[in-house]
Amino acid sequence: MVMQFLKKAGLGVMLAMISLAAHAEYTWNFPMPATPMAADTLHVHNKFMVIVMIIFLVVLSIMIYSIVNHRKSKGHEAATFSGPSTKSQVLWTLVPFAILLYIDFILMGIPAYHSVVMMEDTKTNADMVIKITGSQWRWQYEYMDGEAQGVKFVSNLTTPQDQIDNKAEKGKDYLLEVDNHLVLPVGKKVRVLLTSTDVIHNWWVPAFGSARDAIPGFLRETWVRVDVPGTYRGQCKELCGKGHGFMPVVVDAVSAEDYSKWVEDQKTKLAAASAGADKTWTKEELVEHGKEVYVKNCAVCHQAEGQGLPPTFPALHGSKIATGPIFDAEGKLVKDGHLDRVFNGKGVMPAWKAVLNDTDIASVITYERNGLGNSVGDMLQPAQVKALR
Amino acid sequence: MSSTTAAHHDEHHDHPTGIMRWLTTTNHKDIGTLYLTFSLIMFLVGGAMILAVRAELFQPGLQLMKPEFYNQLIGVHALVMIFAALMPAATGFANWMLPLQIGAPDMALPRLNNWGFWLLPPAAILLTLPFTLALFGIGDGAIATGWTFYTPLSIQGGIGVDFAIFSVHLLGISSVLGSINVIVTILNMRAPGMTLMKMPMFAWGWLVTAFLLIATIPVLAGAVTMLLTDRHFGTHFFDAAGGGDPILFQHLFWFFGHPEVYIVLLPVWGFMPQILQTFSRKPMYGYKAQVVSLWAIGALALVVWAHHFFTVGMPVPALLYFMYSTMAISLPLAVLFFCWIATIWKGSLSFETPMLFATGWIVLFGIGGLTGLVLADVAADAQYHHSYFVVAHFHYTLFAGGMMGVMSGVYYWLPKMTGHMFSERLGKLHFWLTAISFNLTFIPQFFLGLAGMPRRIPDYALQFTEFNMISTVAAFVLGFSQLIFVYNIVSCVRGGKKATDRVWEGAEGLEWTLPSPPPYHSFTEQPIVK
Amino acid sequence: MSSQTHNAGHYYVPNPVAYPVILSSGLLALASGFIFNINNFPAGKWMMIVGALVILGMVFKWMGTVIAECQNGLYTKWEDKSFRVGMIVFICSEVAFFAAFFGALFFMRVISIPELASFDPHFTMYKDFTSAWPSAGPGGVVLGKEYVVGHLNPMEAWGLPAINTLILLTSGATVTWAHWGLMKNNRKQLVIGLFLTVALGISFLACQAVEYHHAYTEMGLTLGSGAYGASFFMLTGFHGFHVMLGTLMLIVILIRSMKGHFDADHHFGFEGVAWYWHFVDVVWLGLFVFVYWL
Ligand code: HEA
Ligand code: HEA
Ligand code: HEC
Ligand code: CUA
Ligand SMILES: [Cu+2]
Repeated sequence: MVMQFLKKAGLGVMLAMISLAAHAEYTWNFPMPATPMAADTLHVHNKFMVIVMIIFLVVLSIMIYSIVNHRKSKGHEAATFSGPSTKSQVLWTLVPFAILLYIDFILMGIPAYHSVVMMEDTKTNADMVIKITGSQWRWQYEYMDGEAQGVKFVSNLTTPQDQIDNKAEKGKDYLLEVDNHLVLPVGKKVRVLLTSTDVIHNWWVPAFGSARDAIPGFLRETWVRVDVPGTYRGQCKELCGKGHGFMPVVVDAVSAEDYSKWVEDQKTKLAAASAGADKTWTKEELVEHGKEVYVKNCAVCHQAEGQGLPPTFPALHGSKIATGPIFDAEGKLVKDGHLDRVFNGKGVMPAWKAVLNDTDIASVITYERNGLGNSVGDMLQPAQVKALR
Repeated sequence: MSSTTAAHHDEHHDHPTGIMRWLTTTNHKDIGTLYLTFSLIMFLVGGAMILAVRAELFQPGLQLMKPEFYNQLIGVHALVMIFAALMPAATGFANWMLPLQIGAPDMALPRLNNWGFWLLPPAAILLTLPFTLALFGIGDGAIATGWTFYTPLSIQGGIGVDFAIFSVHLLGISSVLGSINVIVTILNMRAPGMTLMKMPMFAWGWLVTAFLLIATIPVLAGAVTMLLTDRHFGTHFFDAAGGGDPILFQHLFWFFGHPEVYIVLLPVWGFMPQILQTFSRKPMYGYKAQVVSLWAIGALALVVWAHHFFTVGMPVPALLYFMYSTMAISLPLAVLFFCWIATIWKGSLSFETPMLFATGWIVLFGIGGLTGLVLADVAADAQYHHSYFVVAHFHYTLFAGGMMGVMSGVYYWLPKMTGHMFSERLGKLHFWLTAISFNLTFIPQFFLGLAGMPRRIPDYALQFTEFNMISTVAAFVLGFSQLIFVYNIVSCVRGGKKATDRVWEGAEGLEWTLPSPPPYHSFTEQPIVK
Repeated sequence: MSSQTHNAGHYYVPNPVAYPVILSSGLLALASGFIFNINNFPAGKWMMIVGALVILGMVFKWMGTVIAECQNGLYTKWEDKSFRVGMIVFICSEVAFFAAFFGALFFMRVISIPELASFDPHFTMYKDFTSAWPSAGPGGVVLGKEYVVGHLNPMEAWGLPAINTLILLTSGATVTWAHWGLMKNNRKQLVIGLFLTVALGISFLACQAVEYHHAYTEMGLTLGSGAYGASFFMLTGFHGFHVMLGTLMLIVILIRSMKGHFDADHHFGFEGVAWYWHFVDVVWLGLFVFVYWL
């Protein structure tokens, strides 16, 4: 056991050394900046690092000099001073102090001031506004104005559980891949509003240099202007529960034309979805679509087979609520019934009303009632869900 | 650790023996020993937890544990290390050495002193009990919010959060009692002639610590109490729906949490100059400047707390204020560094184990402090925040600046406490292994943070693999090196070369005028200090 | 504090005692019992009862020992000064505890509620919420706990609270009067002064109980009434709890005075309690101004 570990560890370190040397592009510093803010941050960071390294080296050399030369074993006699004794010595002790004062508040203080002002200026000349909502453990994006106004979607991790459990080869973008990328036009200043539905999250893309908390019940803001087209990846960086490590951010920065094309696509999709809510679905269709929705949104907590993770996350297989009535005799929503729970959540269970569309909710509920080892037999139509909004 | 049943002629032979001695003792040295022993055990416990974490982080993918359990381990690791390892070590030294250094017969309030210690084991039990309960199907384990209890995650959490809340309450009572005791002892128990400005630096360090504890621990107690009522009794302190604010919790927590990092280091900053002076055979440099700096740090510590959450979004003036005030702390700390180095300068240096740790400590804590200075910059902090860069920063301050300082102190005073010399050879081995593997563990984490690896994640993207592997392997070396430390202490307690009264050639101070080990009741006649 | 200490003689170091360990075990039982209880494990109640009994027993034992030691003349001026400094530091820590709750009150009132009411109108989640104090917040659902804003009546300052202010201020005066009595070795004045103080303390608590009853049953003001309700009840509640402890300690001191303990230059027990009482008094003034009045 121990030997095996040591072997593995030794191998690992060797591999690590080799690949570190081999990958010239390995990041020893911030990633390549893609926004003005990131460029500024990198600049400030480099400058500060050089300053502190110089301080460190200067002080270290003084210490090393002393350690080497003032040894008792070399016969060095101890001096007896215990403080500056002459005027000039007092002055000399003040010099490092003055230098540090200068470094703190001038050399570092002034650029830092400009960066802060730039970072917090979210509104001036903003070209568009998006709203990002964090929930356990996915991001929702909504375009608030401009040509994409009304476009709204959820972005879920797509890395298969098998890769996480080491049962399958890990892909290139392991843990940093999602189904729906946030798409932004290049060169446009985007004002980003942030909020959350449950706990605090933090929306972070290292190449953008901006990180801001998403706080339930509050609105926070930051901004990005991506100057270089490309795909950028980041992660939630505020501890938000068990899925905290599995809540990536992926942003595509595209040209204005591509952006318009993408917006068109999204609008068509939205129209199709709302048309879907009005038609009558068959049970098979609902169950099939419901399974997709379930795997994406619900399986993190309730698990793939609906067995849950008691005591926190209840099983849906055989759950009283998931197999109980949705509507009462008068056709009203049963309080604490299946649809009510999915609509409004409870405690750790998120409220899905604002996140999923009518079709998704209807199908996932139908799936839960007829899959996951349950067989209630009934179904819920999207139109019924729509009527209850 | 030590058994101080001194062969000397004790006035009172009436104290109980065996386990009852330790349960009921009112003797400052016994209580100091209890604190130090507890601290060592909890250091191993907290270390063992994080070794499991490091093993999980050895490679991408989930190998050993579920994310829920991972989150529990890191938070409890931090709480154990800070509250049950580092702080009790400092209190242990205070108990052992303060009365000896200032010529007092004992701590001022011996019974409270005993209670202060005996609150710790129940607190540790409360903190870790949920792990065990979960095995029996009760609750879902220990607190899983990290050591910071952030709302609303902690409102959502399970029974482990409640246990942690009450654990913090007990720890808090213990710290307040300890502080009262230290303040009273220093103000009221000094030997005649020992004016405040003649006190050993350790007493100053602890006085500032006690002041910070009194000002901030009750605020933490208040904050977790509000958390408790939000969880169970329907209040809305941290809930926007009721007009509260999750960020309010962060303000309250860090009003305590930032001073806390100085609380754990101030005692070290107190005794370290004494160690440096001993092995430099030269008086400590800038006594007055150091005292003023310690107080300046204590005062500044109370007004910079929001640098821990720059990214929550604050008005620009607030950001600037907290940035500049945080940077200002580097000034008194630079004064301290200057004084430490000037104490060595032109001394007649020798490098016994305590001195090795002390010099290593200056350099490594310097790295921690300087990276802290960088973190204070709001704009760049958006990148550093909650990344492994911060993890590396605070291990350079907490492990190097705190634990390695404590180790230096242990080696320095162990011969005095036990009457035996420890093995220099093992001590030096311990130092070199610790210093090297510590750097190998945490330097890669600086780069991980810069490259964009968030902290508190059980699994990571592929580009972070290599650095994590190095870090994990080094962490295991670091962990197992500590067993040398344990072995060295245990064998020193059991026997070894007899220590002289002065122990170290250059040692100055009242504690070195007593025999090693000192009699059970020292200074029943107070010495006169001229 | 003088920087020079001239303490001759012997400092009293008490013999080994088991009270602290037992007390801590009691606390452990009480705390874990409480946790089990609020998480719906029935065994919790019993643990709490056992813990509370142990704690109570130890407090009595410990206090008794201290009083006995005091009466046996084991405490000289030197120990006396330790107790005084210790008490002052302890009261400072209590101040910090209340500061946390005052801080929460100010934060919600000055920062979070105005902020909740001032989001960009395009994006706000709380359409009709305006900033005002007292406030129960905008309502809504957070963490799945639904919260509806009710009609909120603040507690009126110039009724019972004003009377309570008078009561506490008077009680501060009566303790001081009792202290004068003690300094003059006028035992009668001491006992009467203390008795009046205890009586005032109890009437304060009674008024507070009436007020809470009124709040819960008639005004609909509860712990759950948002920022206002939470800060109101937590602040006044913890204060009331401290008044209760103070009153109990005053009763102990009263009994001791009647037994003839304390004299003009040896009465830390009395003074410690008096200081505590004044502290509770000052906190109340803060409450009256910031919680009830402004
Ligand atoms: C003992 C612990 C300790 C100490 C002493 C410090 C010291 C400092 N810390 Fe650190 N810090 C922590 C423990 C500590 N910190 C912890 C635990 C966290 C994370 C908490 C969490 O989120 O869980 C943290 C996080 C943290 C942050 C938040 C980062 C983030 O989450 O975004 C910031 C930001 O400003 C910061 C700044 C500072 C500063 C400016 C100092 C200053 O005091 C440093 C001043 C010192 C100097 C400036 C050095 C001067 C030295 C020289 C002049 C020469 C030295 C050179 C040689 C000897 C060679 N710290
Ligand atoms: C004094 C404080 C202190 C100390 C000493 C340490 C010591 C160590 N810490 Fe810790 N750490 C923190 C304070 C501290 N830490 C804090 C505050 C956090 C933040 C938590 C949070 O996010 O909330 C943290 C988080 C933290 C993380 C980040 C986790 C994450 O964010 O996901 C990591 C990762 O590498 C880490 C590593 C280590 C290592 C390798 C050591 C090593 O120094 C440990 C050395 C090892 C030993 C001492 C073990 C010896 C024991 C044995 C060999 C086994 C024998 C055992 C028995 C018989 C019981 N720590
Ligand atoms: C963040 C974790 C999480 C996710 C994601 C989640 N749930 Fe839940 N769910 C819970 C928890 C926790 C409960 C228990 C709530 C309670 O009773 O306190 C729950 C309860 C339920 C119940 C009631 C079951 C019972 O017996 O109490 C249903 C039905 C349900 N969820 C459906 C869903 C659906 C449908 C989805 C996805 C669209 C989903 N959940 C996603 C955590 C989650
Ligand atoms: Cu969301 Cu971490
Ligand atoms: Cu800090």
